[in-house]
Amino acid sequence: MAKVTIDGIEVEVPDGTTILNAARQIGGEVVPPAMCYYTSLKETGGKCRVCLVKVTQGSAKDPRPMPKLVASCRTPVADGMVVQNVTSPDVLEARKGVVEFLLLNHPLDCPICDQAGECDLQDLSYEHGTEGTRTEFERRTFDKIDIGDKIKLHMTRCILCYRCVFVADQLTPERVHGVLNRGDRSEISTYIEKAVDNDFSGNMIDVCPVGALTDRTFRFKSRVWFTKPMDAHRQCSKCCGKVVLWMKGNEVLRVTGRKDQYGEVKEFICNECRFEHKNTADWTIEGPRHINRHSVISQNHYEKIDLQNLKREVERQIVFQKGRQLPEASPNS
Amino acid sequence: MGRKLLLEHINEPGIQSFKVYRQKGGYASVEKALKTMTPDAVTEEVKKSGLRGRGGAGFPAGMKWSFIDKKSDKPRYLVCNADESEPGTFKDRYLMEHIPHILVEGMITSSYALGAKTSFIYIRGEYMYIVRILEKAIDEAYANGFLGKNILGTDYSLDLYVHPGAGAYICGEETALLESLEGKRGNPRLKPPFPAVAGLYACPTVVNNVETIAAVVPIVNNGGEEYAKIGVGKSTGTKLISASGHINKPGVYEIELGLPVEEFIYSEEYCGGIWKGRKLKAVVAGGSSVPILPTDLILKTAKGEPRLMTYESLSDGGFVSGTMLGSGGFIVMDETTNIVKNLYTFSRFYHHESCGQCSPCREGTAWLEKILHRLLHGQGKKKDIDILVDAAKKIEGNTICPLGDAAAWPVASAIRHFRKEFEEEAAALPAERNLELATH
Ligand SMILES: Cc1cc2nc3c(=O)[nH]c(=O)nc-3n(C[C@H](O)[C@H](O)[C@H](O)COP(=O)(O)O)c2cc1C
Ligand code: SF4
Ligand code: FES
Repeated sequence: MAKVTIDGIEVEVPDGTTILNAARQIGGEVVPPAMCYYTSLKETGGKCRVCLVKVTQGSAKDPRPMPKLVASCRTPVADGMVVQNVTSPDVLEARKGVVEFLLLNHPLDCPICDQAGECDLQDLSYEHGTEGTRTEFERRTFDKIDIGDKIKLHMTRCILCYRCVFVADQLTPERVHGVLNRGDRSEISTYIEKAVDNDFSGNMIDVCPVGALTDRTFRFKSRVWFTKPMDAHRQCSKCCGKVVLWMKGNEVLRVTGRKDQYGEVKEFICNECRFEHKNTADWTIEGPRHINRHSVISQNHYEKIDLQNLKREVERQIVFQKGRQLPEASPNS
Repeated sequence: MGRKLLLEHINEPGIQSFKVYRQKGGYASVEKALKTMTPDAVTEEVKKSGLRGRGGAGFPAGMKWSFIDKKSDKPRYLVCNADESEPGTFKDRYLMEHIPHILVEGMITSSYALGAKTSFIYIRGEYMYIVRILEKAIDEAYANGFLGKNILGTDYSLDLYVHPGAGAYICGEETALLESLEGKRGNPRLKPPFPAVAGLYACPTVVNNVETIAAVVPIVNNGGEEYAKIGVGKSTGTKLISASGHINKPGVYEIELGLPVEEFIYSEEYCGGIWKGRKLKAVVAGGSSVPILPTDLILKTAKGEPRLMTYESLSDGGFVSGTMLGSGGFIVMDETTNIVKNLYTFSRFYHHESCGQCSPCREGTAWLEKILHRLLHGQGKKKDIDILVDAAKKIEGNTICPLGDAAAWPVASAIRHFRKEFEEEAAALPAERNLELATH
């Protein structure tokens, strides 16, 4: 086990845990954002650089600080490590930079994008970006591609997190796609099309943090915040069968995997559950899905407050606020 | 005359062939190492020599060798980095083209020290004709018992391969190189783990520059202490410098580290002064990635001491008033040079070569190029200069590999030392600028 301090809050985690996951144990504001890391996909992370943090003390044994900001999603903790996330002005500045870079070529077509309302890039820019943009150049565009009859690849919106590449690599039996070209001309390769027959290819939609991969069966049907998410399950021979139904009235508009509070699906679902069962009769409905009340999707979405949960959240906030006043967070570091 | 350790026999007719190279004392280091020294004793000599990596970062070679995981039961590999794609750097090409056997010899001796049974020379695709030269040299070495099974009758065996890349600068970054050598897309890996622990095929690996490996030959022949007598402080031995730009005698020079920069530029033995009787304006001393310095700061440090060709002296003053020895790509610019245009050329290169994995480099390098392009074509705005500085700062240190830094440093330093020229470009009218660019 290793004791780490993140933004003044101490937590004990098993050796080998990354800084990001240690921060997630604490929860709240000390958790760095993550756009490319995905817990259930091996080798993800390290690419988008939004999760950069400052390590002011490497470990108890070797207290030297790390020379550069590090990607918290891929850096393992060490016993006695001291990390700054929101308490480091350097981190906030660097993160602001990364958000700006990610938006330089993003089309900002949120008003016509199916992902709007559940887009990690939207959330990220609200929380860590600046209001205006400093670029005046034409943005990079690509043609839209249909990946089979169920998935749309809108490369113009892609932030090259590589998550879908890892889905194709790890969930599908043959390696079918990767990235073509280099630098800002990189694009998700159209070999991805060959993945379409695969039973699990639809998970690319769920792992995509932006609207680059969307569900063609749901295209332009509704803004997500006008739909009601319901937890549901069915007996499935291929996957866990545990899904979220996005409903309007009694109609199932779309089926997705269950994302946790960090937007990650832990149990992937098969294409049959996702695309072929748009009928409530096919499902056992468990009840409304808990949606973070900060999300736009929680609009008009009432649910009974779980008092236990609320109490825990308040306690965590108190600890967190105290943590921010600890000396480690002094402005000159 | 400075001592020559690598280029001593460069003018010898036929030195490309095994026969002449051997007559001139070639392959002595292999005989000495394999027959009279243990592998660790060879590493020890390299440590004593103080040899630092000649690929750019200047990391002590002996120390790198001692990091290799010798307890692991996996095979160990030595990989020579001959990707040489840094603008302004062409010394490895010169060495491999004219004295290919010194690299083959260095590879054998170094592989022996590291316990590698298979080694690779990863060479940039544009050097195809050198691939043929090296392969011929390797064939000759096999034919004469210096490669293959039981070299010189000892129980040490080694196979050596040349592997051409496909022409990507990023494949010079050591982990991207290893990916490429494994047959994958040349994307840099996240570190740790470092190659010494998990390199080629996840086995312990050392990656060294061509010149670093060649320098092992005189080190083993004459002893590490002898080598360390050349140079100043922690900059020992000789270094190949690729001199280019507005000088009378561009070319590859072997210098003793510690040579004053002024002497290197102006003496007849080396660059022979600035061409056309013009004055010196600026120097990029270590390949396009290192900060540019104006005349006063390249000839003397901020403290007023003469600047020397050493790792320490060139970096004296940090990035405020210093630079780096880097790969030894010494680019000289005379008083007529347009610094903004020069920077644009560099930035275009880094944009073109970014692998695109990480966002600051992928997006940032493209942005830098676009802004410089606009500045240069009379469309610039005054705020562009601040954006350039700020964007460079946000790339630097925040990327997966040092290509991001390499793209950021030239921008930061050019604006630091030549801000006025950028302001002039920003103020210039479009028509004026276009005319000027067309006539240059
Ligand atoms: C973008 C990039 C390009 C590089 N290109 C080269 C190269 O062409 N040749 C080289 O020897 N080292 C290059 N390097 C440095 C290598 O990563 C590595 O440090 C070097 O090969 C180690 O050898 P040395 O210790 O003998 O210098 C490059 C580094 C980066 C980040
Ligand atoms: S810094 Fe550039 S070249 Fe290096 S990994 Fe990131 S995108 Fe690739
Ligand atoms: S989440 Fe860590 S770099 Fe992308």
